[in-house]
Amino acid sequence: MADQSTTAEKPGPAGPRARRTRLSPRKRQRVSRALQYLLLVAVAVFLVLRIDWNSLAQNFAKPEVAAEAWPEVITVALKNTIIYSVGGFVFAFLFGLLLALMRMSSVPPYRWLAVAYIEIFRGLPALLIFLLILFLPQALPGFQVPGDTYGQGILGLTVVGSAYMAETLRAGLQAVPKGQAEAARSLGMSHSRAMISIVIPQAVRIVIPPTTNQFVSLLKDSSLVLFLGVTSEYVELTKFGNDLASTHANATPILVVGITYLLVTIPLGYLANRLERRQGRGRR
Amino acid sequence: MKDPVAPVAHAVEIRDLHKRFGRLEVLRGIDFAVDPGQVVCVIGPSGSGKSTLLRCVNLLEQPTSGRVVLEGVELTDPDVDIDAARRRVGMVFQQFNLFPHMTALQNVMIAQRRVLRRRASEAERIAREHLAKVGVLEKASFYPAQLSGGQQQRVAIARALAMSPALMLFDEPTSALDPELVGDVLTVMRKLAEEGMTMLVVTHEMAFARDVADRVVFMDGGVIVEDGPPDQVIGSPRHERTRSFLRRVLDPTHTDV
Repeated sequence: MADQSTTAEKPGPAGPRARRTRLSPRKRQRVSRALQYLLLVAVAVFLVLRIDWNSLAQNFAKPEVAAEAWPEVITVALKNTIIYSVGGFVFAFLFGLLLALMRMSSVPPYRWLAVAYIEIFRGLPALLIFLLILFLPQALPGFQVPGDTYGQGILGLTVVGSAYMAETLRAGLQAVPKGQAEAARSLGMSHSRAMISIVIPQAVRIVIPPTTNQFVSLLKDSSLVLFLGVTSEYVELTKFGNDLASTHANATPILVVGITYLLVTIPLGYLANRLERRQGRGRR
Repeated sequence: MKDPVAPVAHAVEIRDLHKRFGRLEVLRGIDFAVDPGQVVCVIGPSGSGKSTLLRCVNLLEQPTSGRVVLEGVELTDPDVDIDAARRRVGMVFQQFNLFPHMTALQNVMIAQRRVLRRRASEAERIAREHLAKVGVLEKASFYPAQLSGGQQQRVAIARALAMSPALMLFDEPTSALDPELVGDVLTVMRKLAEEGMTMLVVTHEMAFARDVADRVVFMDGGVIVEDGPPDQVIGSPRHERTRSFLRRVLDPTHTDV
């Protein structure tokens, strides 16, 4: 209101309209916020009125069907999901470390091989890799992935995970200051001794937060085991939910399984965050 | 001594050393030697090649040409076991380079264990001995991040000493320290010199060089300009380049003519 006089210095066609809508910044902010709340309420009311809540609950949250899932959702499905993803993670980490070291090798063919592997398997959909694994016994007669479905699932996750892990670990190794290796070498350590005792332990610490996130992503990718044609003892969460859902023609098991995933992935996400923050404080 | 040009047993001898980084020639023919028990300080403007020279002595940098002979063993011989040779040379860095994932004690023990294969009990005894000597024994169980710069640098000195080196290299050991912590480190180095350790020290601490060094070497532009007793090189330098450098170092606010 107080600045009404200033509008006077801007005459012309825009003048009257500008005067009508001219609000103080504080008022304009209040109006805009009120409009946003209004929109939210409108959408909520619309949904509440339009959705058939009964049918939704019958299909997604039917207590009897949810009870069916118990306790196998934990004792079989979650257990298997964890076997696939922890197994895949361990091998992906080891193989990824090997690839990262190859990538930094002074022998060019090792570098080329590592780059080729990383580029190929980062660029392919995970599902495609699982489908390829399905055809491995046919492609290599007499070859059998050890460990049955566990072996195949872990192999698939290893192939996918190691390509990403290699790049993360390489970044970690290169983030260790050069002076660390120099100090180790100046004490008479060989190159490999300096790597094992000094550089790799520090690199692993640096990459803990990003690898935690990679574990979460492997955990989710373990759902692709579904496509390996799994017998009941090997089912992981997604296939477990999907099978139960088809038996009952009801989506509740999928919701149950979804919540089970979140029970693992959300705490892990928080853990990764905390580790990252702690690391930020720890170093100088 | 298989070295024909070294009738006396030098601790380290450098002959016609060149080092080139791409098209930049950092060392342009360095000749000098350090006798056992001698303390030699290398001074000179930044970019003069002092640090590179030091790093060539234990082959952290591979010289482009020339020879480095340590106690009669030519390090620049491609067939020499460089890891074994480096055990005889201790190095202290400007940035300390302690291993951050290990305590002070573990820092001093790791190479004794992994390189010299000393037993844990023996390595720990020697480590504590050297930590006590540099005055940080009570910090043995601390991690580097919990120590002051001066304490870290003294742990780094203990770490190098625990390998029983024949020669100690110091690469601007006090340049990264807060001024009030410089004295602790210099005191340790002075004590080491008095005990007869052979030392090659790149430094900007002129008072230390004057008091402790047996010889001072002034480098500029990748060559040794002047090499002699401290009283001469610092006290009454013969070369104009040395004089102008010392003027700038000793009286920084005085503008050069």
